Amino acid sequence: MKLSRRHAVIGAATGLLARPALAQNKYGPGVTDTEIKIGQTMPYSGNASAYGVAGRAQSAYFRMINDQGGVNGRKINFISLDDGYSPPKTVELTRQLVERDQVLLMFYSLGTQTNTAVHKYMNQKKVPQLFVATGASKWSNPKQFPWTMGWSPNYHTEGAIFAKRILQTDPTAKIAILRQNDDMGGDYLDGVKEGLAPIWKNVVADVTYEVTDPTVDSQILQIRNSGATIFIDIATPKFAAQAIKKIAEIGWKPTHYLVSVAASVGAVMRPAGFENAQGIITAQYAKDVTDPGWAKSPDYIEWKAFMDKWNPTANQLEGSNVTGYAVAVNLVKLLKQCGIDLTGENVMRQAADMKDYDIPLLLPGIKVNTSPTNFSPIRSVQLARFDTDHWSLFGDLLSQDAHA
Amino acid sequence: MEFFIQQVVAGLTSGAIYACVALGLVMIFVSTDHINFAQGEMAMFATYIAWALIDAGVPYWIAFGSTILIAFVGGLLIQRFILKPLENAPVLALVVCFIALLSIFNAMAGMIWSYTIKPFPSPFPALDLTGHGLVNVRQLGVVGVTLIMLGILTVFFRYTTLGLAMRAAAQNASSARLMGVRVSWMLALGWGLAAAIGATAGMLVAPLVFLDPNMMTGILVYGFAAALVGGIANPAGAVLGGFIVGVLENLVGSYVIGNELKLTFALAMVVGVLLFKPAGLFGRVIVKRV
Repeated sequence: MKLSRRHAVIGAATGLLARPALAQNKYGPGVTDTEIKIGQTMPYSGNASAYGVAGRAQSAYFRMINDQGGVNGRKINFISLDDGYSPPKTVELTRQLVERDQVLLMFYSLGTQTNTAVHKYMNQKKVPQLFVATGASKWSNPKQFPWTMGWSPNYHTEGAIFAKRILQTDPTAKIAILRQNDDMGGDYLDGVKEGLAPIWKNVVADVTYEVTDPTVDSQILQIRNSGATIFIDIATPKFAAQAIKKIAEIGWKPTHYLVSVAASVGAVMRPAGFENAQGIITAQYAKDVTDPGWAKSPDYIEWKAFMDKWNPTANQLEGSNVTGYAVAVNLVKLLKQCGIDLTGENVMRQAADMKDYDIPLLLPGIKVNTSPTNFSPIRSVQLARFDTDHWSLFGDLLSQDAHA
Repeated sequence: MEFFIQQVVAGLTSGAIYACVALGLVMIFVSTDHINFAQGEMAMFATYIAWALIDAGVPYWIAFGSTILIAFVGGLLIQRFILKPLENAPVLALVVCFIALLSIFNAMAGMIWSYTIKPFPSPFPALDLTGHGLVNVRQLGVVGVTLIMLGILTVFFRYTTLGLAMRAAAQNASSARLMGVRVSWMLALGWGLAAAIGATAGMLVAPLVFLDPNMMTGILVYGFAAALVGGIANPAGAVLGGFIVGVLENLVGSYVIGNELKLTFALAMVVGVLLFKPAGLFGRVIVKRV
C-alpha cells in the first residue's frame, strides 16, 4: 500500500494529539515499545581482560531475560564494547554509545581510570552511568555527579575494615603493605591509613609495584625484610597470585590480608596453589560459589542453572561471573521499578530509591539500599578466611557507616 | 647485606627472563635485520600450546619438545606467508605488520584460552638451596637454560655454515644471493629459530609470572632494554644486558629511586646507551653500505 503524504501528516498529527491523552509511556533515548538499549564498555582485551568475564555473563543474562519475554515486554539490547581498559578508547566508545546508538544508560562499565575519563561527560549529557564496576569511593557523590552511581562496597571501606580488625586483634604487630601504584591502590591505602591512624607507626613497609612489572618478587623480599608479621596485599589478580606463591616459597608466614578484587578462587587462589593460600583473609559481599556451604541455597541453584544453560563456556570458578550476574539482576529489577517511565531522569530517580532489594548471591543480610543522598548501593562486607579450597566467612557483617 | 644479596639474586632471575626474550629479539635481528615487536606475544602463544598439551596429559618434556618444534614451524610459516610478500616493502610497513601480529596473537590467546591466569609447571623444583629463600633450584634452572641457549646460538652463528649464511643474508642480501645463499629461506629459518627461542623463553618465564595473554607485554619492554644495552647484534651481549638490567633495576629500585621508577630507569638506560654507545655496551659497530 502506498501512503500519501497527506495521510502521513494526518497520522503524525493524530499521533501528536494522542500522546498527551495516553500520557503514560515516557521514553528516553534508546527505548521503544519493544526495546531498551543499554551500553557498556568492558576490557575484553588488554591488561585487565580477566574482568571481561563479567560482561560476557551479563550478555548471557540479558539473552535469557529476552528469551523469557524481556522487561515489561521490552527486549534488552545490550551493547557491550571492548575498550581494552584504555581510557581514550573508553571515551570514544562511550560517545559512540551515547550519541550514535542513543543508549538509555551505561551499565557496569569496568575500570576506575576508564570511568573517570567519562565521568564528567556522562553527567553533562545527563545519561545514567549506572553501577560502575570499580570500587573507587568517588562514585557516590550525588551532589556533584547525580548521574553516576557505583555498586560494590568501595575500596576505602574495605581498607578501613581490614585496619579495624588489625587494630582489634593485633595492635602491636608490625605491618607491611604492598599496593598497586594507581587509583585503586591509593584508595585502599587511604582506608587503611584512616583505620590504622592510632598505630600507623607500626607500618614498617609500604611498597608499590607497577602493572608493567613482570613480577613482584623483589617487592616481596623488601617486605619480608622489614620484619612485618601482618601483610596487607593490595594487588590485582596476577600480582596477588605471584605474591602468594613467592611468600610460600621463601617460607614467610605473615597474617595475610588480601583485597577482594584479587580474592577470586579460580583466577588467583587456584593458580597460586591452594596449599600456599591457606589462612589468607579477605572481605566479601557476594557468595563465593566455590564454597560448598552455598550449594543448597536457592539463589546458587538458580545461578548455576543459568550458567549451565546460557553461559556454558565460562569458568564458573571466576568470581566475576557471580558479581556480573548479581548486578545484572539488580538492573533488571530497577528497570521494572521504572515501569513505563523509561527516561534517564526516572532511571536515576528510581536508582536513588532502591529499598531493601534482595539481590541473589549477595551474602545473607546484605541488601541493596539507596537514597537521594546515598549512592552506595552495597555498604557491608564480611571477613572470610581461605580454608582448603574455598572462603569461609567469619565474624559479623561490617558496614561502612560504622567505620567511615 | 642479606637483603642486598637477595635483591641481586632476584635481579638475576628476572634478568634471565629478560635475557631469554632479548635472545629472541637478537635472533631475528641478526637473521633478518628487523626488530620483531611480536616476539613476546609469539612466545606467549607458544607457551599456551605447551600448556594445552600438558593439560591434555602429555608428559612435560614431550610437550616442551613438541612446542619448540611447533613454534619453529609456526615462525617459518609466518615468514613465508605474511612477511615474504613484504620483502621489498619499506620498513614502516613491516613495523605495522609486527604490531598487527602482536595484537592478533594476544587476542587469539585470550579468545581460545581466556584471560584468567594459569599456573604453568616448571621442570625444576622450587627447592630452597640456602634455607632462607635466597636461591632456589627453579631460579638457577632459568639462568642455566638461558646460558645453554646462548651457547648453542653462539656456536651456531659463528661456526656453522648455515649460521654464517644466515648472517650474510641479513646483512647483505644481494651479495649473499650472488654467493649462492638462498636468502629468502634464510630469513624464514631465522624466524623459525626466533620463534623456537621465544617458545623456550615463554616456557621458562611462565612458571615464575603465571601464564596469561599479557604475560609478555611488560617483559618485552625489559627485553628490548636488555638487547639494546647489551648490543642488538650480539647474543652474548644481549644476555649480559639482561642480567645487568635485571640486577640494576632491583638495586636502584630498592635503594635509590623506589619501585615506582624501575621501568623508567630501564628505559633511561636504553636512551643512555644509545646516546653514548649506539651499538650497545658489547656490540660491534656495524658499518653498512648505503
